[in-house]
Amino acid sequence: MAPGKVVTPGAGLDKAPGAPHPALMPHDHSHDHPHSLLPSDPALRVKALESILTAKGLVDPAALGAIIETYQHKVGPQVGARVVARAWADAGFAAALLADADAALAAMGVSGRQGEHVVAVANTPQVHNMVVCTLCSCYPWPLLGIPPGWYKSDAYRARAVREPRAVLADFGVTLPEDQTVRVWDSTAEVRYLVVPMRPEGSAGLDEAALAALVTRDSMIGTGLPRRPGSAP
Amino acid sequence: MSAPATPHPVTGFDEPWQAELFALTVALSEAGHFGWPDWTRAFGATLARHRAARELDGGADYHAAWLETLEVLLDRAGLARRDEAARMRERWAAAYLATPHGQPVRLGG
Repeated sequence: MAPGKVVTPGAGLDKAPGAPHPALMPHDHSHDHPHSLLPSDPALRVKALESILTAKGLVDPAALGAIIETYQHKVGPQVGARVVARAWADAGFAAALLADADAALAAMGVSGRQGEHVVAVANTPQVHNMVVCTLCSCYPWPLLGIPPGWYKSDAYRARAVREPRAVLADFGVTLPEDQTVRVWDSTAEVRYLVVPMRPEGSAGLDEAALAALVTRDSMIGTGLPRRPGSAP
Repeated sequence: MSAPATPHPVTGFDEPWQAELFALTVALSEAGHFGWPDWTRAFGATLARHRAARELDGGADYHAAWLETLEVLLDRAGLARRDEAARMRERWAAAYLATPHGQPVRLGG
């Protein structure tokens, strides 16, 4: 969509209430902030949107609280790790996950919010998969939570496609020359989950122990799983 | 809910307003005010425009672009006009400055 006019963050807004204020509460005790600390410009703009939309009944404050709670405390890479561990432990589940991830995840009680589809891609000795979102920062939230800063950076978004091996090297990952690197570009509709290869020495571990080996980056494809016995 | 069995770091938000902004956007989309593909297209356009000016590191600049995108979308949709949002921002600023430290901040009339 062609944006018409750009709203410069804070343009014309953050000039009036500036730094030092005359003592509004002259009787107050002597610390530096007799009044409440003024939040940052973006914080005030978010509050403004929130109160306007709440007053109009367009959003429910309880729903906002529930979303924040979910992404700060409940959803994160431990969910994806559980899925990968099950795929390692159960060949039937692995096949189902790769064939139709949405159905396999739903059976585990994991589902998305925006109607997006999850596609699971498995690493093999021949192919290493890596995920990026070149448009913005599409990411499998229900499986991995909120993306790390580097996933959202221009450097990663631009270089992951152009020079994936160099990016992997920055992450400390060096792959065999004959292993192809395949980069998947996430969209609003399709989010990718990398199923890394099960590390050597993990035979006999149960699913919980296997999940502890699955790092977030290994599910984005910028890392490899831990080996049993290595430091977290 | 029991503690996760694995020590996976959870990426959170650097500041509370970033979490509130994220929740607001998700809630609006879930309520049907815009589709998520519409959101990603608009956000992608903002990011591309910002990127033309300087390289984005995925931190504060990313969230600033997100906020800008939501403000434009809401203004265009008539759900929160730009002037309305600017006035409300000033009311909140005034409320903070008029509220003694440590007390809950509420909007004045």
